Amino acid sequence: MSAVTVSDLDISFGSHAVIQGLNLAVQEGEFLVLLGPSGCGKSTLLHSIAGLIEVSGGRIEIGGADMTEAEPSERGIGMVFQSYALYPTMTVERNMSFGPRVAGVPKAEIARRVQRAAQMLQLEPLLQRKPAQLSGGQRQRVAIGRALVREAAVLLFDEPLSNLDAKLRAELRRELKLLHQQLGATMIYVTHDQVEAMTLASRIVVMKGGVIQQVGAPGEVYERPANLFVAGFLGAPGMNFVPARLSCKPGAPVRLVQPFELDLGGYEFLAAPVHGQAVVAGIRPEHVQLRAGGAFSGRIELVEPMGNHQVVWMASAGHSLAALVHEALVLRAGQVVEFDLDVSRLSLFDADSEQRL
Amino acid sequence: MRRASKRWRPGIARLGIYAFLLSAALFFLAPLYIMIVTSLKSMDEIRLGQLFAWPMALTLQPWRAAWSEACTGVACEGVSAGFWNSVLITVPSTVLPILVGAVNGYALSFWRPRGANALFGLLMLGAFIPVQVMIYPLVKMLAAISLYSSLPGIVLVHLIFSMPVMTLLFRNYYAGIPAELFKAARIDGGGFWRIFVQLMLPMSPPIIIVATIMQVTGVWNDYILGLVFAGRDHLPMTVQLNNVINTTTGERLYNLNMAATILTSLVPLLVYFASGRWFVRGIAAGAVKG
Repeated sequence: MSAVTVSDLDISFGSHAVIQGLNLAVQEGEFLVLLGPSGCGKSTLLHSIAGLIEVSGGRIEIGGADMTEAEPSERGIGMVFQSYALYPTMTVERNMSFGPRVAGVPKAEIARRVQRAAQMLQLEPLLQRKPAQLSGGQRQRVAIGRALVREAAVLLFDEPLSNLDAKLRAELRRELKLLHQQLGATMIYVTHDQVEAMTLASRIVVMKGGVIQQVGAPGEVYERPANLFVAGFLGAPGMNFVPARLSCKPGAPVRLVQPFELDLGGYEFLAAPVHGQAVVAGIRPEHVQLRAGGAFSGRIELVEPMGNHQVVWMASAGHSLAALVHEALVLRAGQVVEFDLDVSRLSLFDADSEQRL
Repeated sequence: MRRASKRWRPGIARLGIYAFLLSAALFFLAPLYIMIVTSLKSMDEIRLGQLFAWPMALTLQPWRAAWSEACTGVACEGVSAGFWNSVLITVPSTVLPILVGAVNGYALSFWRPRGANALFGLLMLGAFIPVQVMIYPLVKMLAAISLYSSLPGIVLVHLIFSMPVMTLLFRNYYAGIPAELFKAARIDGGGFWRIFVQLMLPMSPPIIIVATIMQVTGVWNDYILGLVFAGRDHLPMTVQLNNVINTTTGERLYNLNMAATILTSLVPLLVYFASGRWFVRGIAAGAVKG
């Protein structure tokens, strides 16, 4: 059974349709990440699941029950916001127990829940403090604790780490993942940060313009992007895109021609290739391998040392290509290098529809 | 970032500014000085016509008379009755508008009912209609519900006329509170009143102080509404003061009049002195945002 099911969802603000006919099923216990650029509708989708936004059409089911019109508090959800949204006049303890107190949960039970959440999030010494006396990381921990205390089956996160600095963000990211492993609760997590999406998700939902572009495990979305947008959105530095044409002569293997001649024997086409078809070849920087005697050559334009690796930007056949180099090679701008492309890791997209071939 | 404080150099321009400020202050303080010294003189001394002179024999008799003996028509009980009437009018006319304004502002900021903006626009429009236009219709309406010339009547009138400003004040204040806070409370199961009472009100003291200052001074200084709507038994201090000063029988008691005037303006004066900082903040909050 799926924990959350969204079917034919329409959301519009005034005459502006933000989401149209969206379908999504979230599995029990999974960590689903909604990923996309700002304005793609991911937060809107999350807020509609929470019941904080009125939907114009469609159906939202949580735990098998129709919750389309239900009050936010009746949906069996807990939610964590980007701005923490702690009640500033209440202590940490009162913040965390507000929901159960409203719901009339017995005092002993509330104390037990708060104690448990505080223990999990190392909040015990902070229980009597006010939010203003906490650091950003502590505040977000309290917000997570407040969501946990509701003991909801589904936890919603709306860019919870975006306000934190990089180091804290990485730390809390790991804590969240551990928390998910311990609790086994269903989590839906909105972010525009691909690192968060890759590291946390059981499945990633990539969105753009209110439309789901691809749903899949992080590795799958990264390795086999469904279209040019997904391919370009994931990965840093981004995937290299080179316009090319297909050549499929009878009796010969399918080849990529112009500007890179490449045998596509190992590529799994989703649809039968057409001779002369205009395509965009996408190859990730880590699959561009610098090697003496490689099939292609390029001139280095820029080298970015990253400590444990370097990003090499080169010009080859009139295109700019990035390559990830893990070997301790001494590389300089102006140098001409040879490289190979890993055909098995290639992605091909139709130049017109931008869909994966 | 803190900048090192510049060394103070008395330029000719700065001297000019100080000279201007000083003369302006003296100009505006002169009447107050005259009022105070006059109120402490006997009538005999006043007749000497030395307006700026310090009293030769200090007397508090005019103050006592102004408070409890001055005559308005047939009654001779000073402005003290007016003082207590004004207190009776001001307290509910401050508490009620603040409560209603806070609920209005909260509802408009967070719950955004259908047509909220139109409603708010209409309310603001009301703020620009002169009071005088509405006096006669209001008299008729209050008379129809038998509230004309009564304490509840005048409180209701103050409530109505303060509604635009109070609503604006609280709406702008609540607009500065993150919407996510409200959403979190909704998920925690808070309803309209619970979120208002347990979450929003505890966060509101700064704006409540501002609203209190505005209402207390506004209602205390009011003359025309009190005159028209309060009725004979509840005439506020301002109206009483006017009656004392304009009583035409006998000699004009300047010392008593001055004392009565100072007594009447004492409450707003104290409020200004005690809370000038907050008052300016409130005016800025009403003017800039929104």
